[in-house]
Amino acid sequence: MFDNISILFQAPIFAVDLLVQGLLIGGIFVLAAYGLALVWGVMNVKNLAQGDMVILGGYVAYQCTLWGIHPILALPIAFVVLFVLGWGVYAAIIRRVVDRDMFTSLLATFGLSLLIQQALNLRFGPEVKIAEAGFGTFDIGELSIPAIRFVGLGLAAVLAICIVLFMRNSRMGQAIRATSQDPRAARVLGINTDQVYAFTYALNAAICGAAGVLVAMIWNIQPFYGLVHSIRAFIIVTAAGLGNLPGVIVAGFGLGVWENYSGFIFGAEFAVAAVVGLLVVVLMVRLFQMYRLRQVVR
Amino acid sequence: MSAQKLDLSLYGVLIAAGILVPLLAPAFTSQMAILWLMVLMAVTWDMTGGQMGYNSLGNIAFFGIGMYASAVVQIGIVYDVAEYTAAFGAIKVDFTVEQYWTGLLLGIGFGGVVATVFALIIGPFMLGLRGPYFAIGTLGLAVAVAELVSGWSYVGGGSGISMPVFPGEAASGSQVFYVLLFVLAILAHVVIRAIYKTRFGLAINAIRDDEDKAEAMGIHTTRYKVTAWMVPAFFMGMAGAVFGNMSGFIEPLEVAFPTATFGIFMVAMALLGGKGTVWGPVLGAILFHIVKEVTWTHLLGWQWVALGAIIIINIVYFQQGILGWAQDRWPSLFGVTVDEKTTRTGQAEAAK
Repeated sequence: MFDNISILFQAPIFAVDLLVQGLLIGGIFVLAAYGLALVWGVMNVKNLAQGDMVILGGYVAYQCTLWGIHPILALPIAFVVLFVLGWGVYAAIIRRVVDRDMFTSLLATFGLSLLIQQALNLRFGPEVKIAEAGFGTFDIGELSIPAIRFVGLGLAAVLAICIVLFMRNSRMGQAIRATSQDPRAARVLGINTDQVYAFTYALNAAICGAAGVLVAMIWNIQPFYGLVHSIRAFIIVTAAGLGNLPGVIVAGFGLGVWENYSGFIFGAEFAVAAVVGLLVVVLMVRLFQMYRLRQVVR
Repeated sequence: MSAQKLDLSLYGVLIAAGILVPLLAPAFTSQMAILWLMVLMAVTWDMTGGQMGYNSLGNIAFFGIGMYASAVVQIGIVYDVAEYTAAFGAIKVDFTVEQYWTGLLLGIGFGGVVATVFALIIGPFMLGLRGPYFAIGTLGLAVAVAELVSGWSYVGGGSGISMPVFPGEAASGSQVFYVLLFVLAILAHVVIRAIYKTRFGLAINAIRDDEDKAEAMGIHTTRYKVTAWMVPAFFMGMAGAVFGNMSGFIEPLEVAFPTATFGIFMVAMALLGGKGTVWGPVLGAILFHIVKEVTWTHLLGWQWVALGAIIIINIVYFQQGILGWAQDRWPSLFGVTVDEKTTRTGQAEAAK
């Protein structure tokens, strides 16, 4: 472990490489985390199936490459497929857990997560898959970075800007924000909150699907990787707080950087442990902040 | 029939089934052993999940920790553990009969103690988290422990440890592990049922109903919560130690920390039977295991998809579970007294 740290100091180019790669990956984490924050803030549902929807989107892209469609063109396809699927999931499951206690939604979406990952395992098998986009590498000085990572980050940024503009300006976006502030008042003012919830959940699924396409292009997918993606989204949202878009972006990039550095320093076998360990740490920090708050109130 | 007598006769039925089934149908011994393991898991999960309202998704961590602790003790008393695991099972250590038994008993006890200590250390932190944060945090904890163990070469990392071989015939070995799991399951239920009858049981129920109010009433909630988490940890640790010996080979992701199988089964079983009831988890475990064993092989690979569907249906449409529903319907059978003045029908009658 200490050998690896000293390598970082002896060859700073490695450190810069890890930083850039981490930032490029982090953009994708931001997308999934934003979707989670949306669903969490608007309808108070903790979606543990978040990561599995990401992976599902990845498999849509993979399937498209098998059919000879370029993965970048698979992005809108995955967006639409996951949107429809999200609407269906809302109608079948989430509608019934929205106003129940939060553990209910957590466990129901955990069941959904099991269902998705096992179905993917049956359909595609447990091997690690990549949706080959066929870009070369991109050289800056001594660094050589796969160009697809830049493309991925760019696409993520475009998508995020579109969603933010949609939430700000469209009629539906306004309705979603109104519902998240006060569902009862929104209902009184003639907003069909059930439809808003359905749209929100479907939009979240669609964002996850698009993020999944990017993951499949610049990284890899496997049916059981979903849980770690869910945990990443939870880390980012918990660290940033709800309704804090700049915080989500910073936390997402930070997580990407942390993952790359910890994977290098502790070794690849501890990569997942470093992510999940960070979740526990973030929860603990939040907890101590809360304790301080309680002391002040007292 | 009073609640007390009902409980006694149910214990009688369970013990009779536990003794008679392996005698009359020895082919089912290993399935029955798994059944007792599941009963133990569901019952201990329900202590924090059902009675205290802290729904843990990571109790499986105690199971794996107990399993690894016992493995280290059992091998460690006769051989150097690091060398043994570094050889990936190439080293065959001949345990004498005496060494095997002392190792097994020490290992089971040690497994329980290590898991309990782990709960004691991690408890004050994790149990400060409320509601869904606790569930996510414990899930993260279980995954983190599993990943850490699979990266730790002292205990064999991802390639696992082969456990000492049972001295004697394989059939008598499976009987021994059956008896151990059976005794542990019954013991866990008796102990936890006895706890529910004390002030401690009332205190954790108060925490479930309203934690802030319970604290205001003078209950030292953190202390109660941690203690209530240590009891499941103790039993899960011992069960893990026995199960590790029963499977003969342990590795982190599938055997010791199976978050996606046993880890979620125990929650599903407790919910199916009715969480927060004394016998619900037992009923849920028995039903779940029977349904699983009968239908699993006919589903041709779709069983895990079906499991997800079962959990969703259970939690969305039938959350109170079988005994929870029965308890609402016939409260007197469960020794619950309902104050008619506070129920909706009672108030309607009083208004007349």
